[in-house]
Amino acid sequence: MRILVIEDDEQTASYLRKGLKEGGHAVDWSKDGRDGLYMATSEHYDLLIVDRMLPGIDGLSIVKVLRSDGIKTPILILSALGQVDDRVKGLTAGADDYLPKPYAFAELTARVDALLRRGPMPSTETSLRVSDLALDLLGRTATRAGKAIDLKPREFRLLEYLMRHAGQVVTRTMLLEGVWDYHFDPQTNVIDVHISRLRQKIDKGFATPLLHTVRGAGYTLRATE
Amino acid sequence: MRPSRLFKSSFFRLTLLYTAVFVVSIGVAFALIYRTTVGAINSETNSGMEAELRSLEDDYARLGLDSLVEILNTRSMDPVDPDAVYLLADAQLKPLAGNILEWPLEGASEGKWLRFRVQSIQGGVDTTHRIRALVVPLGGDGFLLVGRDIHDSIRVEHVVTRALAWALVLAIGLGLPGGVWMSRRVLRRVERIAETSREINEGALSRRMPVGESGDEFDRLSQSLNVMLDRIEQLMTGMRLVTDSVAHDLRGPLTRLKSRIELTLRNPADVEADRSALVAVLAEADRVLALFNALIAVAQAESGASRGSMEPLLLRPIVEDAVELYEPLAEEKGLALVSILGEDGSIRGHRQLLSQLVVNLLDNAVKYVPRGGQIRVGIRGDERQVVLEVADSGPGVPAAERGRALERFGRIGSSETPGYGLGLSLVAAVARLHDAALDLTDSGLTGPGQRPSESGTSGLKVTLSFPRGATAAGLAAASRKSGG
Repeated sequence: MRILVIEDDEQTASYLRKGLKEGGHAVDWSKDGRDGLYMATSEHYDLLIVDRMLPGIDGLSIVKVLRSDGIKTPILILSALGQVDDRVKGLTAGADDYLPKPYAFAELTARVDALLRRGPMPSTETSLRVSDLALDLLGRTATRAGKAIDLKPREFRLLEYLMRHAGQVVTRTMLLEGVWDYHFDPQTNVIDVHISRLRQKIDKGFATPLLHTVRGAGYTLRATE
Repeated sequence: MRPSRLFKSSFFRLTLLYTAVFVVSIGVAFALIYRTTVGAINSETNSGMEAELRSLEDDYARLGLDSLVEILNTRSMDPVDPDAVYLLADAQLKPLAGNILEWPLEGASEGKWLRFRVQSIQGGVDTTHRIRALVVPLGGDGFLLVGRDIHDSIRVEHVVTRALAWALVLAIGLGLPGGVWMSRRVLRRVERIAETSREINEGALSRRMPVGESGDEFDRLSQSLNVMLDRIEQLMTGMRLVTDSVAHDLRGPLTRLKSRIELTLRNPADVEADRSALVAVLAEADRVLALFNALIAVAQAESGASRGSMEPLLLRPIVEDAVELYEPLAEEKGLALVSILGEDGSIRGHRQLLSQLVVNLLDNAVKYVPRGGQIRVGIRGDERQVVLEVADSGPGVPAAERGRALERFGRIGSSETPGYGLGLSLVAAVARLHDAALDLTDSGLTGPGQRPSESGTSGLKVTLSFPRGATAAGLAAASRKSGG
């Protein structure tokens, strides 16, 4: 996948490029807002990673210009401005995700993967399926190998989020944002308990576990190891 | 004071303005006095002349030129008014009769008021008379001039003018010191305010503007300046506290980080040992970042910058979500998490910060309540406020330490668990942002086999009272939002 990084700090940029290249992506880099905007409009990218405070044009303006030009490339904003109100501002400007600095690289790659695969998945579908686990989005029911699984509403939303990102690493922060709409991290890893409860319900008694813990990053739902 | 500064100073300008206003108003009054005295005398003379002229004109029309000559001769000998002046002249302005010897003007100049001088010799004394007169044409026969010696009215005019001039000099003499006095009085108060601000600038931050008892504009200015100064001092104290505390709280973990790196570098290279050191360093860095983020969140909530994102909302769904998030964790620790959510009401609030507040309270409770204990969450509301209570059967906070617990970094005891103090100080900051009253009390709750601690406290109850500011419309909007 082709990714454009617009970031004025060279050290951050080279760290980003190295990490993303290791993940198998082709990475272009612009250290200036104006050049970055030009590159984003003139070439095709699968994802833009944009810093907020940039020389030339700032990150939010880049997002606004691209969106008003009808360019729908997924955009991830990286910024030292990490408060709730800043994030909301970034997302309403048209960005798809917002990651405050400093961030763990695992968090970044998880979000990049989520954005890159989001494209083709239509949100109007009525059911989700991973291996023999099926989720009926209309009836709000879950079955594994034809056996009904009893889920509480929040557990259903948690599972739905994991299934929509099947095969990808999903971080705790992503779950807090996506499932609980909490744009802050509680001090205790409160998510772990929810995951282990969900695991009890969907994996217990089945030969192959679907919900895996990714050390130092988060969780992933996939059919095989 | 140098002259150029004097002219620019408000003192000078105010004095000048005051004096000018004073003098101009007196001038206007004097003009009025002048007109009513001198003007009245003049108009009386004028109407006398006009009447006489008209009657002589009548005589001419009735009796003819010769009779008029006769009448005028008689009157000149024995005038009705000793100041009267008559002259009848033919068409070439040659005198025919009257008490002046020749036509005093060039041309007839009939129909308007004239002024001229004539000389007379009476008893060997040469006198100049000032005459005001009026001329009428008498058909083709000539012109008739009737006038008056106006020495009397001129004398009155002189007397009045001199009196007024003296009065004016006196007025300026009084107005100028008056102006000086008045501007001194006004400017001394301005100067006192300026002086106080100079002192504050020079470091006497606790100095305040003088406030008198009259409650006038200056007092109100001083009062609002004092309110501003209080706020600034408060913010500065807060800022200093943050800086000190940040320095203090970050120094520890950063020092640990540094020494661990140094230690690792001093040891011989060993992949296994280096890696495990790196893992430890990363964990330490994460702790520093978490602390830093918490600090920023507190500072942000305290600065009031988030007020813009406040909206009418219901507290109950926010509490329900947080309780639901912590239920599994509480259960795993063997704690009973009970929520009694009663009548709710709409408040104005910041959704995320309120969520964080409830989450922090629950997080603390789950962390500190020993196994088998209980946590009770309650909401109750009336028309005036919505009260949120989180009570636990934990160790509680001794009454003496409660104030400190709410301060930034106020960490109770020497707890090893990180983040306790910041958790509560964020709660305090968010409460302040929402104008909510925050109380820490004994909850009276105990866990199994638990006795009140040595300090006599049992459990902690955090009570937050949010004022109900929202209208019925706001409430409707809030229930729509939470329903969707």
